[in-house]
Formats: sequence, structure tokens, C-alpha cells
Amino acid sequence: MTEGTLDTAAMLQRRETPRSLSVAFAVTVVLLVAAPFVVYPVFLMKALCFALFACAFNLLIGYVGLVSFGHALYFGWASYLAAHAAKVWALPPELAIIVGTATAAVLGFVAGGLAIRRQGIYFAMITLALAQMMYFFALQAKFTGGEDGIQGVPRGWLFGVFDLSQEMTMYLFVLIVTLAGFLFIYRIINSPFGEVLKAIRENEHRVISLGYKTERYKLVAFVLSATLAGLAGSMKALVFQLASLTDVHWSMSGEVVLMTLVGGLGTIFGPLVGAFAIVAMENYLAPFGQWVLVIQGVIFVICVLVFRRGIVGEIANMLRVQL
Amino acid sequence: MTIAGRVAFLAAVALVCAGTATARAQERTVKIGVLSDMSSLFSENSGPGSLVAARLAVEDFNPAAHGLKVEIVSADHQNKADIGANIARQWFDVDHVDAIVDMATSSVALAVSELAREKNKVLLVSAAATSDLTGQKCSPNTIHWSYDTWMLAHSTGKAMVTTGGDTWFFITADYAFGQALERDTTAVILANGGKVLGSVRHPINVNDFSSFLLQAQASKAKVVGLANAGGDTVNAIKQSAEFGLSKGGQQLAGLLVFIADVNALGLEAAQGLVLTASWYWDMTEGNRAFTKRWRAERPGRFPTMVHAGVYASVIHYLKTVAALKSDADGRTVIAKMKEMPTEDPLFGKGFIRADGRKIHDAYLFEVKRPDESRYPGDYYKLRAIVPAAEAFRPLKDGGCPLVTN
Amino acid sequence: MFEIFGLPSQALFGQLLLGLINGSFYALLSLGLAVIFGMLNIINFSHGAQYMMGAFTAYLLLQYAGIGYWESLVIAPIVVGATGILIERLFLQHLRQLDPLYGLLLTFGLALIIEGLFRNTYGSSGQPYQVPATLQGGRNLGFMFLPNYRAWVIVFSLTVCLATWFAIERTRLGSYLRAATENPVLVRAFGINVPRMVTLTYGFGVGLAALAGVMAAPIYNVSPQMGSDLIIVVFAVVVIGGMGSIMGAIVTGFALGLVEGLTKVFFPEASNTVIFVIMAIVLLIRPAGLFGRAA
Repeated sequence: MTEGTLDTAAMLQRRETPRSLSVAFAVTVVLLVAAPFVVYPVFLMKALCFALFACAFNLLIGYVGLVSFGHALYFGWASYLAAHAAKVWALPPELAIIVGTATAAVLGFVAGGLAIRRQGIYFAMITLALAQMMYFFALQAKFTGGEDGIQGVPRGWLFGVFDLSQEMTMYLFVLIVTLAGFLFIYRIINSPFGEVLKAIRENEHRVISLGYKTERYKLVAFVLSATLAGLAGSMKALVFQLASLTDVHWSMSGEVVLMTLVGGLGTIFGPLVGAFAIVAMENYLAPFGQWVLVIQGVIFVICVLVFRRGIVGEIANMLRVQL
Repeated sequence: MTIAGRVAFLAAVALVCAGTATARAQERTVKIGVLSDMSSLFSENSGPGSLVAARLAVEDFNPAAHGLKVEIVSADHQNKADIGANIARQWFDVDHVDAIVDMATSSVALAVSELAREKNKVLLVSAAATSDLTGQKCSPNTIHWSYDTWMLAHSTGKAMVTTGGDTWFFITADYAFGQALERDTTAVILANGGKVLGSVRHPINVNDFSSFLLQAQASKAKVVGLANAGGDTVNAIKQSAEFGLSKGGQQLAGLLVFIADVNALGLEAAQGLVLTASWYWDMTEGNRAFTKRWRAERPGRFPTMVHAGVYASVIHYLKTVAALKSDADGRTVIAKMKEMPTEDPLFGKGFIRADGRKIHDAYLFEVKRPDESRYPGDYYKLRAIVPAAEAFRPLKDGGCPLVTN
Repeated sequence: MFEIFGLPSQALFGQLLLGLINGSFYALLSLGLAVIFGMLNIINFSHGAQYMMGAFTAYLLLQYAGIGYWESLVIAPIVVGATGILIERLFLQHLRQLDPLYGLLLTFGLALIIEGLFRNTYGSSGQPYQVPATLQGGRNLGFMFLPNYRAWVIVFSLTVCLATWFAIERTRLGSYLRAATENPVLVRAFGINVPRMVTLTYGFGVGLAALAGVMAAPIYNVSPQMGSDLIIVVFAVVVIGGMGSIMGAIVTGFALGLVEGLTKVFFPEASNTVIFVIMAIVLLIRPAGLFGRAA
């Protein structure tokens, strides 16, 4: 994804956080803290989980240039394991989430190790095929509950102190974790490691010629992306108290691609905005059932043809700042 | 705020405002949600037809005469437990829906039953089959209408085993309903001296049954039981004709077949199929009258026992709410529904048990041959009646925590 | 009836034959994908949706024009292929200079649109389509009852696959196509209309998908989502076979159908996933695919 998506000069030049980013972050935090008083908190929590998922995905596609079409694998399986841990092993929520996230990390390592062997389109197809394989496995494995999913997942008491069955407490928890993940990704991108990743996206051969083992860098980025996607999935299992096949289906992989594309590939806030936009759209259009699929497709086509920068990308381009 | 955020904000605010629309001083508002599969596997068996049934029920009840105002909303859960649970949660939390009806899928029904218990609202299931809803997973907020896997298993299973079909092979849909159906039917088969030679599980919405049918043929079982529903059953029956299952001497038992499926298959393919239902449109004048009105909105189709169940459950619910004379929470309403005997033009007189099970007769039907059918919809002939007292699982066997021994 | 590895031979042969039938669909579809990718460097994610459109065209032709199966075999691929040409002209040609992943995203979006539109119009449950009268019934082969139609499927797809392979690898037109993939500028300099060839090739690949759809209509449920799960398996087939290799796609398609059939006998729970497992193994040993040229 090297053409026309980023202003690479601007990306490479600054060292400290530009003001635009700080301002945007502050605005985001304020909005998200105030939001649950006016908007249905469960809707917000859903959007936050997907926002984290999209940010994790964006790490791979926007900054390393690798398109994974099977990210639902990490999101969904983390969701299953976290649900199982909370319900069957009766672990407290923080441990359940760690179990889910760790699962995603392991899966990311294995899948990434296989997929990294090929580049570009082959990479995408391999990630898709691996995710589909794990979908069928989820369909048949006893513990996932097949079509029924894992239902009635208890939210529990965070650290034994905070009652997560209270909506506002849960919301605060989800918000803090999402923001933490978001900041973590930002930190990764703006580190020496991140610079190498961006360089790999620009011209991998040159990076190899400089002596870097690009395979290793790509794999680490892949695992990080998968882990954070798993974190999002684990939280989602607790928010909805349900883990189901929808989370591992390829349409979920497609949705996260859509969110990132709409928000803006390779921008910091793009996935956040894209996630909220898509979740809101789906919510609004829920009575119309199948039209959601058509509209998602139309958005894909429009974005690819004429709107490649995405919402945040266009705004950033207009204001000439980095977002 | 981003544009998307603004839209979300406004949409949510609008929803909240709509949800808190205050009733006028003398009128209470009751909101009923029809949550069903509107576009997928079970859309013909329940789906939009259930919405029609609910509307007819409200019409017949005449809310104004009781000082009530009734609103109906509907949504499509696409057979997915998470979508269904999300819609139900939003309906309960934001839209002030008081009762949800229909359900259409066992996995969704189980999920929403938990939600109804948590939020103390009312759930009236007419379309999901798993007998766990009145068994281990029974709830003081849920009532199970129309049918369940135990009823189907006992009626069809027993009839086939006692008439020579004593070895079985199951083709089962791999989720709550299918597994419950297989489990309940297996119990009946074994109790009547039969044997289960094997079974194979398939994911729902599968197109190609060829390899499963091949396994069924290889087992040489006398009866091949289809523990699935909707489009899956239709496909399996069609393809079993292709593979010459009945020519090879094996009988097909559709454990859950609706008149909508028979309609889709046609009498040529479905003739001779033995099935169990708790309601058939052509049995009484009351049924025929309802069917005429229903068909005005759903031409070309015939109402199933699900649609009848939605009608009956909505009528009884509204009667109960009117009798309570004040806003009551879910548990109170359900308790009152169990207290009051039921009566409606479709199921006649009946009652609801402590475990939430609605009790009525079950009927064993056989699908007519094409030459036996005299007019459109004339599909069934009655083989046997299973009286209400025997049609459903005995109260003590369910393992329902609500039943005090 | 004898036993192999403790399993009745009847079960084994029956499932193998069913596997070959499934394999014919895999082969036909991966052939179309391989042609499109090999010649045009486009991943056609809407291949599954176009397969579905082929089946629906056959259904609609029968329903509204009384046109039967045999004519649909010819008409449907042409009709759907024409829509493919439209897609190429309207959308894909603009993405030619960009990263091929944009083509993947675009065709993915198109697949969603197509599937969504059909779902809205026809619902998710299937439409009826009967096996054509001449092919109804079957014969008892001893180890299983083989419906005539399924035998026809194997024979016909094999023919189509070999004919396509021959056309591309052994004829002059095919050699122009192959040359145009390697060096379009040079081929253009020879006076050959490369853009038109590309468009027609895309249309042809799409037509192949539609042909598979028509063949699937009588036996698989004609429903809007019939293509979407199949397409991912086909992707795996193409990865295993090696992208860009026509013969590789054909052979791998049939072979994998057989493997799946075998798995259904010995280890039925894994039958859905075995193709992906094989893909993983092949990637570890031979990343370019079994027949592919090293990337």
C-alpha cells in the first residue's frame, strides 16, 4: 500500500508529538468521558472495542503495509478464551482478559510465522485461509458452543473491587484499556522499531540491504497487532457476556478492514473514527437487515476508488496537520 | 465531534426520546417486540409471518377497550445469538420494550431468556424448540409456547419405533436445538426398545447433504432422522430423493417439519412424511378464519404453529396485563399468566405450567399424496392425537429449579 | 464388501466419488481465479459472488423465460461474463497502476454489494432448481448409488478445464495473453490491443465462475451466500497450486476434492479444515505452491 495514502515526508520528519495529535487526543478523551451520559453505554463500549481492534489492524496495514484479511481469528478466539476463562474457570475479569490476549498472541505468532513467508496478495490470502480454518474449528469444538456460542459470561469484579456489572464501571474500564492500547500503538509507531517498520513498507529491499532482518520485524509487528486485537476481543466478550461464531467469521475480518479504510489507513485517529462510524451505521441501519451488507460494499468501493485517504486522512490533508 | 459521532449521538438521543414517550394519563403503553429470523433459514416458519400474527392478535384484543395502548416493533436477528442478544438488550434498556415474542432460534432464545431474567422483562417463545427452556434453563420470566423438542421427539419418535422403525441414524444440526432434538428422540427410541446406529452433525445452513446422506445409507438404519429445521430439512429431503434413500428401503423422519417446508418441497417430494405439530390451519373454523386474515398479508403461504403460537401468546399476555391494572415487572406478569387459564380461537382452552410450559394437544400428521389434496394448503391428514396430559415432558423430569417438589 | 483400514469400502469409494465432484467445482473456480490472476494480476474476490450470479441466472431464466438447463449453460456465463467486463471497464482498470491489494479490496466490496442485493431480493433460503430431465435418476454402482447428474458434473468440468488449459498454453491467442502478462508494453508495440485482451480475459474468468454456478444450481442450494464460503476454499486451492499456473489450479482442485472426501471417511470432523492444513504445510515446505514459479 505504497501509493497515495500518506504524506511520508511529514511522517518521517518530526520527533516529538505534534500539537495536532495532542489536541485531537485531548478532545477524544473529553468526548468519550462525557459520552455515556447521553449515548447508550453499551453502544459506546462496542464502538470502543472495535476501535481498539481497528487500531491494532491499522498497525499492520498502515505502518507495515501488510494486509491481513484474517484478523477476526485473533479477535474471535481471544473472545472465546476470555469467555471460557470467565465462565468455566471462574477467573476474575482481569485474568480472563489476560488469558484471551495471550491466546491471540500465540495464534498471531503461529499464523504470522506462516503468512510472512509470502508477500502482498499471497500474504492476504494466507491470512484469510488460516482464519477460515480456525472458524471451522470453532464451529466444531465443544467448548466454543458452536452456533450457540458461549453465553452467560459473568463480568465479575475487577481486581475484586469494582463491580463490572454496573454499566458505568464497565464503561470506564473499557475506555481506559482502549486508550491504553491506543497510546501503546502510538508508542510503537514512534520508536526506532516503528521507523524500521515504516521503512519496510516503503522499500523492503533497501532495508534488507541495510542489514535488518525484516522477517523478524514483520513477525513482531504481526504478533503485536494480533495481541492487541485479542485484547479488544477479550473485552468485547465481557461487555456483551457472549462469545460467538460471528467474531471469528471472515465477515468480521472484512469489517475491520472497512473500518480502517473508512477512517484512514496509516493515520493515528483514523481507525477510531472509522470504528465509531461503522458501528453507528450498523446500529442505525439494523432494522433494515440485509442492506447493511450492500452499504458496506458500496463504502468499500467508494473508498478504494476515490476516497483512499479516509475520513481522518482527508481532514488531516485539508488542515495540513498530522492526525 | 466527528460527523459520525454526531450522527450516533443524534440517533441515540432520538432513540432515548422515542423510548421514553410518556403515556397519556389514562392509558398505559405496552410495547411488544417481535424478534425473529426475518431473512434467513427460518424466515418462512416464523419471520414476517409472526409479525402479522402479532398484529392480528393486538387487533383482536382491542387494546382501547381495556385502556391500553399497544406498540409493536420488530427486528431480524439473522439466527445469530449475539445479534439477537444485542437487539434484545437495546430493546429492554433503551426502547422500553416490555415483552419479546417469537425468537425463531434456540440459541437466540437461550441468550435472550437470560437477558429477560436479568432485566426482569417478559419473553414468550413460540418459535424455538429446545426443551431446556422449561428444563434446566427455565426462568420466571419466560414462557414456552407452541412446541418443544420433547413433544416432537415423543410424538414422532414413538410413532415410528412402535410401527417398525426401530433402528435410527441421525443427521443433526449442530446447535442447541438439533442436539436437544437428537437427545430427546434418542431417549424415546431407547425407551421403546429401538437402537441408534449412528449420527452425524452438520453446521446450519449447509447446502450439500450428500456426504451425510451417504453415511446414513451406509449405516443401513431403517429410519433416517433429520434433527434440523427450516431450509436444512428441505435440502436434506430433496437430496435424499436424489440419492434414492427411500428406494433403498430407508424411511425419512423429519423431526421438525412445518407446513411452510411442505409448501416449499411440494407434495410430490414430501408425501408420506410423518410429522408432529401442535396446530394445523385446516382443523377448526377458528383456525381457518385466522388463516384467511393472515394470508391476506402473506399470500401463497400458510401459517405454521409458530405463527399461531405468537397470536395466542400475545393475546394471553395482553389479557394478563389488562387484568393487572398497573405497570408490573416481568416476573409478576408471568406469574399471573401462569395463574390465568388460557383461551383463544386457535388453541382453545389450556394452561401454563409452573416451569413456563404451555400445555395443549399434539397431533401426528402425515403429508398427503398429490392426488389426495383437494385445494391449496390441503396437505395433512391426521394420524393420531397425543392428548395434552401426555404431550409434554412431565413436570418433575425437567430439572427446572422453579418447580418445588 | 471389503474393508480398508477398518472402514467399509463402500463408504470410502462413495465419499471419494463425492470428493471428486466437489473437486470439479474447486477446479473450475480456481481455474477462473488462476486465469484472472495469472493474466491480470488481479485477485478477484467477487469470484464467489459471480458463481452465485451464474446459478441465479439459470434459476431466473427458468422461472421467467422457461429457458432450461442446457441453454442456461451457454447463456448464463455470457450474461455474467458481460457484467464482469463492465466491472473491469468501470472500476478495475483505474486500479491497474496501484498496489494489487486495492483490486482485492474493490472486488471484496463488489462481492458484498452483489451478495447483499441478492439477499435483499431473494432472502437467504434457497431457490428451487431441478436436475434436468435427461440427467435425472442414477445408477447403482455397487458401492454407492451415483446420481447421473453428479457424474455429468465430473465429466463436463474436466472437459472445460482441459479445454481452457489447452487454449491458454497451446494456442496462439493464449501465447499473446501470456506474453501480455509478462511485458504489456512490448506486446502493445506489436499492435495487439492489450487493454481489450485484459478486459476480455477478465470476462472469460468470470464466465467460468458463472458456468460453475449453473452446474451447481441443481445440486447445491441456489442461495445468495452459496459463493462466499466456497471462495475462501478456492483461495486456499490456488495458493497450494501456485498462482498463475493453470494446470496447477486444475490438478490441485481435483486432488483437494479427493483429499476432502478421504477425510470425511476417516476423520469427518476435520473435513472442513483439511484443505487449510494442507495449505499451511505446503507453505512451509514450498512457499511458491506445488506448481508455481518462485515469486
